[in-house]
Amino acid sequence: MSAGYLLKRLLLAIPTLFGVLVVVFVLLRVVPGDPVTMMVGLTASEEDIARLRELYGFDKPIFTQFLIYLGDVLQGDLGVSITRKQEVLGLILGRLPVTLELSLFAMAVALLGGMMLGVLAVYRPGRGGELVADGFSGLGLAIPDFLWALMFILLFGVLIPLLPISGQIDPRLGFEPASGFYLFESLLIGEFAAFQSVLSHMVLPAVALAIPLAAIIARILKSSLQEVMTQDYILLARARGFSRLRIVLREALQNALIPTVTLSGVQFTFLVGGTVLIERIFSYPGLGNMAIEAVINRDIPLIQGIVLTFAVMFIALNLIIDSTYVLLNPRVRHG
Amino acid sequence: MTVAPTLAVASLRLDLGHTPILRGVDIDVMPGEVHGLVGESGAGKTMVGKAVLGIAPAGARIRSGSMTFLREDLIAMPERRRRDLLGRQIALIPQDPMTGLNPVLRIDRQMTDPLRLHLGLDRPAAAAKALDLLHQVRIREPERVLRQYPHELSGGMRQRVLIAMAFSCRPQLIVADEPTTALDVTVQRQILRLIKELQETAGTAILFITHDLGVVSKICDRVSVIHSGRILESAGVADLFDFPQHDYTRALMRATPRYDRPGDLLQPVPADLTARLIAEAEALDA
Ligand SMILES: Nc1ncnc2c1ncn2[C@@H]1O[C@H](COP(=O)(O)OP(=O)(O)O)[C@@H](O)[C@H]1O
Ligand SMILES: [Mg+2]
Repeated sequence: MSAGYLLKRLLLAIPTLFGVLVVVFVLLRVVPGDPVTMMVGLTASEEDIARLRELYGFDKPIFTQFLIYLGDVLQGDLGVSITRKQEVLGLILGRLPVTLELSLFAMAVALLGGMMLGVLAVYRPGRGGELVADGFSGLGLAIPDFLWALMFILLFGVLIPLLPISGQIDPRLGFEPASGFYLFESLLIGEFAAFQSVLSHMVLPAVALAIPLAAIIARILKSSLQEVMTQDYILLARARGFSRLRIVLREALQNALIPTVTLSGVQFTFLVGGTVLIERIFSYPGLGNMAIEAVINRDIPLIQGIVLTFAVMFIALNLIIDSTYVLLNPRVRHG
Repeated sequence: MTVAPTLAVASLRLDLGHTPILRGVDIDVMPGEVHGLVGESGAGKTMVGKAVLGIAPAGARIRSGSMTFLREDLIAMPERRRRDLLGRQIALIPQDPMTGLNPVLRIDRQMTDPLRLHLGLDRPAAAAKALDLLHQVRIREPERVLRQYPHELSGGMRQRVLIAMAFSCRPQLIVADEPTTALDVTVQRQILRLIKELQETAGTAILFITHDLGVVSKICDRVSVIHSGRILESAGVADLFDFPQHDYTRALMRATPRYDRPGDLLQPVPADLTARLIAEAEALDA
């Protein structure tokens, strides 16, 4: 992929982010619920409320407010959280690694599971493998991530308490990664007790997030593999005496992944969006969990900051997906 | 003592689902012989080739007949044995070089994988052999071609690569399914000459599938004429052209342009002859 193409995509991200800023800014100011009243309660005096409104700039016309906010954002200042009284940027950077790790882990699970199911369906067509794969992906498509999460909580919280259903790490371990990345850092510095704890806390939310994506990947991969298996070069591979497994994995899979990446790409962003609810359900201390608290508290600066962060994540994710497509497909790699 | 044919197909009948496709195919390909299988589109030529290789589509069923490769039964052969023969002893040159190579793999990988599988070569030895093979099919800058992807090569180059791959393990038998049909005329001639040359050097037997009697006259030793899944006539090439036995063979010759008589008017195969042949073939289905 050429540097020029990357640059163009990055430039295109600017109007997108600007649009996100405008929409969120306006929405938050037209929905009912005054943040200052929420903050100080109904007993506060008129003067106190007026003073706070002035402090946060809510007394100015909305256009002026936006210009001020835009100027701050461009300088990297996302404002101060109303409820937490801390810099929004710092709050977000503290939580972002948690959500990133969870999302990436869930994506890896989804990719692995989806690819295994898709390959199985085509490697063993008809009754055996295909039936199993279709059954799994059918279930995965029919039930959304948050319902899986609730079922896991019932199952593992009540019936078989094998995996933790709440939090991110056993607090008794007192592990505080400097980078904020619990999983990576505990592994890198060899804190295996912490690593194990983080991993076991991550499994259920990640699997709940992964199942719908895995099901979609399995479905798309199956049909594109089936299509690829009818191609001449596959027939030629058979005529060279390669085994079916080798043909599916070495000759067909990469070809079939090209349409799969294109068609399932947007689902990866849905997975990241899904963290908001899933983190809440599993009391997972990530960005999504903080977003819901911020919304409940009408913490406008924090909401704005988090939405902006998610927008940046979506754009970055789309870039990565596009690059994957280019990596898989030599025909677009040149020229 | 008589020499065993490299490939012997006898009274082969094959259905696809409930549709008869082959209705009695007899072909003997002798060692070192180029045996043409000629007929119009839809006659069942490709299906004969696929049946020989055991790569007929799902739903294909052999109803009766026999196929042997060097006296070994191809129909009852276990899958494992077949996989061992395919690519090593029996190879295929496909019709369309544009779709015969895997678009996401470099030529290098596509050429060396079978060499490593069948000849047990390690990576450097297989790469050296691939380079040598590309030299043999007279590809210029073979080092560069090995590093390229199929879409970076012309149709003629790709067909040379596929030919090199077919000959790579020195097979006893090659099924060449219209190997020049998709190429333009000047390239066609070069490719034909190349196949003939490699075949003569290695002494390979070839089942050469084509719809073009002109091509048959250039490359084949013997030829079988097929229509509606039936072999109508088999003969040495000279005999076939001088003394065609079957009406259909004569009709096919009148429909084929000849280099020695370029002014001749071409006549399509008469519709009533085609209808008669189809009726005869369907009478065999009962
Ligand atoms: N995959 C297939 N599905 C259905 N019919 C097929 C298939 N392949 C071949 N046929 C039929 O079998 C007959 C012979 O086809 P083929 O062997 O490809 O002919 P040729 O190579 O002589 O042009 C044709 O009537 C064709 O329609
Ligand atoms: Mg054909």
